[in-house]
Order: sequence, then structure tokens, then C-alpha cells
Amino acid sequence: MSGHDAPLLFERSRAGRRAARPPRVDGPPVEELLAGAALREVAPKLPEVSELDLVRHFTQLAHRQFSIDGNVYPLGSCTMKYNPKVHEDAAMLFADLHPYQDPESAQGILSLLGGLQHDLEVLTGMDEVTLQPAAGAHGELAGMLMIRAYHRAAGEDAQRRIVIVPDAAHGTNPATASMVGYDVVEVPTGPNGEMDVAAFEAALSPEVAAVMLTNPSTLGIFESQIRRIADAAHAVGAQLYYDGANLNAIVGKARPGDMGFDVVHLNLHKTFTTPHGGGGPGTGPVGVKEHLAPYLPAPVLTHGDDGWRWDEDRPRSIGRMRSYYGNVGNLVRAYAYIRTLGLDGLRDVAEKAVLNANYLRVRMAEQGYPSAYDRSCMHEFVARPPEGLRTLDVAKALLDEGMHPMTVYFPLVVKEAMMVEPTETESLESLDAYAEALGRIRELAVADPEAFAAAPRTTPVRRLDEVAAARRPVLRWSPETHEAISGREDEAG
Amino acid sequence: MAYTPHTDDDVRRALTTIGVDDVQALFASVPAELRDPSLSLAEPMDEVRLLDHLRDLADADASRGPNFLGGGVRRHFIPAVTRHLTFQSEFVTAYTPYQAEVSQGMLQATFEYQTIMSELTGLPVSNASMYDGASAVAEAALLAMRTTRRERVVASRGVHPETRQVLATYLDALGATLDVVDLGGLATPVPADLADAACLIVQNPNHLGRIENLEPFAEAAHAAGALLVAAVDPISLPLLQAPGEAGADVAAGDGQTLGVPAQYGGPHFGFLVVGERLIRQLPGRLVGQTSDVDGRRGFVLTLQAREQHIRRAKAKSNICSNHQLTALMATVNVAALGPQGLREVATGTVRNAYALADRLEREGFDVVRDGPFFAEFPLRVARDPNDLRRDLHRAGVRAGVPVPVEYGLGPAVLLAATELTRPDEVDALVAALHAVGAGRAEAVR
Repeated sequence: MSGHDAPLLFERSRAGRRAARPPRVDGPPVEELLAGAALREVAPKLPEVSELDLVRHFTQLAHRQFSIDGNVYPLGSCTMKYNPKVHEDAAMLFADLHPYQDPESAQGILSLLGGLQHDLEVLTGMDEVTLQPAAGAHGELAGMLMIRAYHRAAGEDAQRRIVIVPDAAHGTNPATASMVGYDVVEVPTGPNGEMDVAAFEAALSPEVAAVMLTNPSTLGIFESQIRRIADAAHAVGAQLYYDGANLNAIVGKARPGDMGFDVVHLNLHKTFTTPHGGGGPGTGPVGVKEHLAPYLPAPVLTHGDDGWRWDEDRPRSIGRMRSYYGNVGNLVRAYAYIRTLGLDGLRDVAEKAVLNANYLRVRMAEQGYPSAYDRSCMHEFVARPPEGLRTLDVAKALLDEGMHPMTVYFPLVVKEAMMVEPTETESLESLDAYAEALGRIRELAVADPEAFAAAPRTTPVRRLDEVAAARRPVLRWSPETHEAISGREDEAG
Repeated sequence: MAYTPHTDDDVRRALTTIGVDDVQALFASVPAELRDPSLSLAEPMDEVRLLDHLRDLADADASRGPNFLGGGVRRHFIPAVTRHLTFQSEFVTAYTPYQAEVSQGMLQATFEYQTIMSELTGLPVSNASMYDGASAVAEAALLAMRTTRRERVVASRGVHPETRQVLATYLDALGATLDVVDLGGLATPVPADLADAACLIVQNPNHLGRIENLEPFAEAAHAAGALLVAAVDPISLPLLQAPGEAGADVAAGDGQTLGVPAQYGGPHFGFLVVGERLIRQLPGRLVGQTSDVDGRRGFVLTLQAREQHIRRAKAKSNICSNHQLTALMATVNVAALGPQGLREVATGTVRNAYALADRLEREGFDVVRDGPFFAEFPLRVARDPNDLRRDLHRAGVRAGVPVPVEYGLGPAVLLAATELTRPDEVDALVAALHAVGAGRAEAVR
């Protein structure tokens, strides 16, 4: 990765330089055409660069960015697997379709979306799927709104005010429950890493609207009591919500629908390889059992004599979650993935993901990084650093090894947590190299504690002052703040 | 196809290291009755067959030719350099930049994005992106409710119908009220009753293409203790008064027109830009500038105490993944066009939209106009708008987004032009409108 200074676009700007030119359109002055409209007084200050300046700028920025394509990236619960290149070509084929063109002129993309819905229904064991939500958390919101609509229809909305989540849950689960106005109750993790079922059953009551679970959990452990959990939840009238962040562990091999879940969201940017894009766009389809289908977000894709079309007439729907129909570009990628792997290929994904995680779990333990729970794991596991070392320092030292750290300090239930998810696309050599790097880091920490604590040294920048960033936020470039804050003299260099 | 690298030897070596006999043993915690259910999916295709299959699907659809579709999504100029730079694999295959030392590329580009959105909207603080325009407007309303501690939201009917539907979904979740202000003609009258409103939401240009004057809305909202949320089309902002100039507290909207392909509706990105006093109520990620231990400039995710991974149930929103890559695409595109090119896009759009409206009037069609418009305008027609759109497609022209009944225009469609609209495409549209019997003004009225 490049360690050279990277000027901002605005610092590269020179008045009068240009890159791309739109087609020329002659006509009267716009001030004349737009007579009576409030027009802009101060022109926006935007960068003026040549095309080669532009190319160099964003190429140099790319060189300052870690990526899956660069090296191993085993973030737990993020499923940083290889994103096949053919998917990018596939998505381009549908780039110029407009959401409001006549359905007759969009039967190709609609049949693709219909096929994807079907495949996701098969893989989750749910009766109907919506592709509309834009991300996992957005799917959670859609799912929880459907649960609430269901309770409302039963006249139980006022009574059911509680959502139960395990203490190892993703932060989005309680945040979503709050957006729907629910109170959140956390259930502790038991000594074997599974949710404490006795505590869970004690927390159940007719006031519970839903139970949100990730299975396998963020500890990488399958809730083996899932059928008992589902029965107990349903016995008090609660709905069971499946956070699909960890589906990669079981895709094709076990289905949330069979476990007793009523609602499932999937993160297509995890299990189904759509790229993470530096933070998004994701895609969060939601599957439901039949009793929740009337509440699906509108519109719903249907197929009849006139082919595929969007059904807007859904009187019991929770409404729209977003504009148009979903992140279609990503849906094309996920469809390509499922259709090229097939069922056997997807089962192989889950098996190799679990094999890789267990292999790395053992190799890391050999290097002094024991698992938090002494048992085999699913697609990920939570380890601890060697006695006396801080996870943060280990993570920063990994950066000097040219590797990306695991998810750190999550889940909150394990102190100094290191949550590792290698995914199925890494080779054993890659996992060996990761474990060996961790071994060298442990030795470095003993031999040269100062160097260990000072890592990273080889990255484009070193440890950054996050406290200063939050205390005096500088959230955009401006000539004045830039001079005052960076205090750099070597702008031209 | 398979992307798993394991040879048979690898599998044996891994199993030996782990100390189990076969991979299935690792699934022992999954109850046996749940394991490996009998399922049926289509037989897998190789890469060649996949692309043939997808090309067949894509060829069945209309992606090229004259295109006058609008209603929130339009085709604008996206130079080749934009796509090439955005889709570098370092950007495409990176995760959220939590490890800042190795994520300076995306963090700096996002800081540049935030600056561009701040400049365009005339407001100081942009977050790192939202899902789309509709959810950005909905989050703006929730932000206004938190700020004012009020539970009523007022929106102009000129706000995109789908945006209002999303707003209704989000507000219903919290038991808040949404009131809609009817248009007077094509524009929004200043509402009299904003008492107890958390915010007033006005879209500019509105869903019918009409340019609104934002200043009186800001004055009315502020007099009632409410915020003004301006839902704006960013490509109009080189020309039109910026939300910040007009006194708006929040600017929100969809960034597709800044340089993201239509993609049948997504992914685009949403933007959310606010005044300084609202920073700590902002949902989503924010990138800030700081320095490293050697004093070098660097960028980090900041003010994270607002977010779900820190605050859990007390977060400002549940948003986690945003639309960073499509926001990057707009950042690259804005830099590729520069201030002059961006203004030329906006100017070309206005000129072509006016030329189209004038031409249709000369041809005797019933253009609805009562003041300045930006890229599109309604056209009253003599037929069911959905049937008309279908027949225009059959005549080789993509055009005619139906105007919803709620606007009271009778049967009508929206027609949009951009800087890419060519005279021969206008000829094709005119010929098609005549051929499908769109109806001259005297027939329509």
C-alpha cells in the first residue's frame, strides 16, 4: 500500500482545468428560461482537474485501501469472501433499465428477480420473499414492522411491547427494535456459548412481540436448542426473527424456516457475494412464513397471464421501505452466484467455510490465541489474545503483516474478543500465513513491547487520533480549516 | 462453478489438524432432523452459459434508444472514466473502514464526497450516504422529530409519491402523523398550519418537475418552530438556489442524477446534509479529519456514539451498511465534470426540457405548465397513461411515467429531457405520440 501523501481533490484543483465534457446543448440563457425561479447566488466550489489528474487521484486512493482482492480479510460476521468478477459483467447488462419503463419492456429483469425470489425461498425455507430492502438493517426494519402489523391485526399490539435479543446480538437488532418502538430485553449467553435457554424461557411472557436470533450466533456457535426456543417463543405468541448475517455457515445445509423462524433477512453482500463496496450498497431481502405474507412491503412481484408485473394493491402491507424495487444491480450478482453454484455448490460453500474456520481456530490456538469456548465452531469463532496482550495492539500489528485484523471487541460478551471468519474462499496456505503472523506478533510483544505497541509502522498513516477527531469535528474540506488543522508546509511535495 | 480452493489433500490436512473424521462432524450441533434437507435448485451453469442466459434476459428488455423517462431517475452523462475509477477492486471489495490505517482511500474519498455534498446543498455537514432518496427523507423527518420533540410531519404533495410512502412507513413505526399539503396548480402553497410540526418537507423540483421557491417555506417553518427539509435533485443545484441559501435546515435526496446508472431503480444513494447544530442527531456514518502519531493528516469514522454498533437500542438509527460505493461514483463523476461541466449538464437539461415542451405544444399536445420547471413536466393525454406508456414502448420510445391520480390532472404522464436528449429522439417521441393517439390539447380538455 502506498505511504505517499495524498492531496485532496480540492488541493489538486486549478481554476479552468477540465476532464469530461457533456454534449453541448445550445439555447437561450437559462436565466431567461427560468424567469421567476430562485436561482443560486454562490456557485459551489468543486474540484477542477484534468482527466489524468482525476485518474491518478483515485488510483492513488485505491492504493491506500485494503481490500479482499489484496489479501485475507477475516472480519467476523462480515463474510469477506471473494466477489467473482463475472458478477460485475453480469450487473452491467441491466445498468440502463429505468424503474418506470413499461413492465412489458422489462420482462427479462423481472423474470430474473422472480427466479431469485424463488431460490431464496428454497434456501431459507420461507413461503414468500421480498427483495426490496437496501441492506441487512433495512431488512430487519421491514421484518419487525411485519411482526408488529401481525400483532396489531390480532389486537395485541398494545400488549406486546418487548423484543428479546441475546447479549451477543448484532447492534442492529436492538437498534431496529427501538425504531419500531419496542423495549429490548437481553438474555445472557450460557457457559457453553449458546443462549441460556432457562433465562430465555424465564424472560418469555405474553408481552413479548418477537425474539431476534442469529444462528449460528456471533460466537460462531449453532443454537442446538433452536427447536425448543422456537416452540417456547410461539407458545407465548411471540414471533421468531432470524438475522441472516451468518447464513454462510449453513447455506443449503439447514434452513431457518425448518428451525421455526417466522421472518428471515439475508445479507446478499455476505453469503451471496455482492461486494461490500467500502461500506455498501448491501441488499437485505426478507423472507416470511405464509401468515406474515399479507404484510410484505409493497409492491410485490407477481406472475400472471400478462407476464411479470408489480402488484401495488396490497391493503395490509406495511407500506414501502424504499423507492422503486430494491438494489437490482446487486440482485443480479446474487442471482448469478446461485445459478452458477447450484445447490451442491452452495452446500460446499457452507462446508468449506466451517472447515476453514475450525482449521484457523486450531492453528490460532497453537499460536497462543485460544478460543473463548472450547468446542468446534461453525463459520466463525471468537478467540482471545495471549495473556497480557491487548486485542487492539494485536490488530494494529497485523496491519504491518499486510493482513486485515479480525472483528475486534465484538461480541461484547467476550473480553478482548477477536471474532474471526476466514470464509470458504481462503486457501489453507492463506490461513497458515495468518496464524503464523499472529505467532510472530506474540513473539514481538515479548521481545520488543515498545515496537509492538507502536504498530502499525508500514501503513499509509499510523494510529490516528480519534479523540481529537470527535472533539473538534472537521467533516469537510475548506481552505481555512485545512491550513489550521493539518499545519502542513509541504503541500506542493 | 466453485470459488473454494480446497484440494482433496487440503481437506484431509484440515480435518487431521482439527481432529475430526469428516466435514459433516463439524455440523453435529445442528439437530439431525434439520440437516441437509432435500431441496431443488436449477442445475448450475458455467460462465459461458451464465452470460448467454443473462444476455438473453437483458436483450428481452428495452435498455437503449430514445428515453424520456423521469419521475426521480434520469439518464445523465456518465463518462467512461467514472465507472473505471469507481470500480477499482480496492474500492469494490473493501469493507466499512473501521481499520482506518489501511482504509485511507475510501475514508478520504468519503471526506471529499461530504465536501461536495456540502458545497452543492449549501449546508455544512453531510453524512457518508444513506440507502436512497426516500429513506434519506424519512430519516430527515425522524431527525426533525428528535430535535423538536414533536410527532407531526408535514409534507408537500409535490414530494415524490414513493418518498411519501416510505415516510409513512417509518412514521407509522413510531406512531407519528403525516399530513400532506395539496398543490395549488403545479406548485406548493405555503401551508398555514405548521403548529406542532417537527418539519415541513418540500421537494425541489417537485414530482411534477415544477421549481419551488424554498425561502417562504423556511420562513413559515421556522416561525412555527419546525425545521425545513428540502428534498432536492442534486443535478439541479448548480443552477437552483441551494437549500442552505434558502434557509433550509436539512437537505436530503437521491444522488442518482449525479452519475449513477438507473439500474432498474438501484442501487443509487441517498444524501443527508444538515446545519451544524444538528450534527449529533445525524444518523449514519461520518468521516472526519485528524492526524496520526507522526502528525500526518488522516481520516477516521467519527462521532460514532450516534450509531448502532456503539449505542445499540439508543442509536439514532439502525443503519449500518450505507451506499458508499455509489456515493463514490458520484464523487468521481462530479470531479470528472467539474463545476463547469456540472453546470453544463444542468443547463443542457433545462434547455432540452423547455425545447421539448415547446415542440410538443407546437404539435398541439397539452403540456401542463404554470411556471419554471427543471427537467420534466406533465402532459395531459387522451388515454389511460399505463396503456399509453406500453404503446410508446412498442413504438420504440421509452416515455410516459404515469402521473398519479392524487394530482388531479386527469390522465397525464411525465416527460423528461436531459442534456443527452437529441433532436432526432424528440422527433421519434413526437411521431410515437401521434401514432399511439396521445391526444391533442382540444381532445384532452
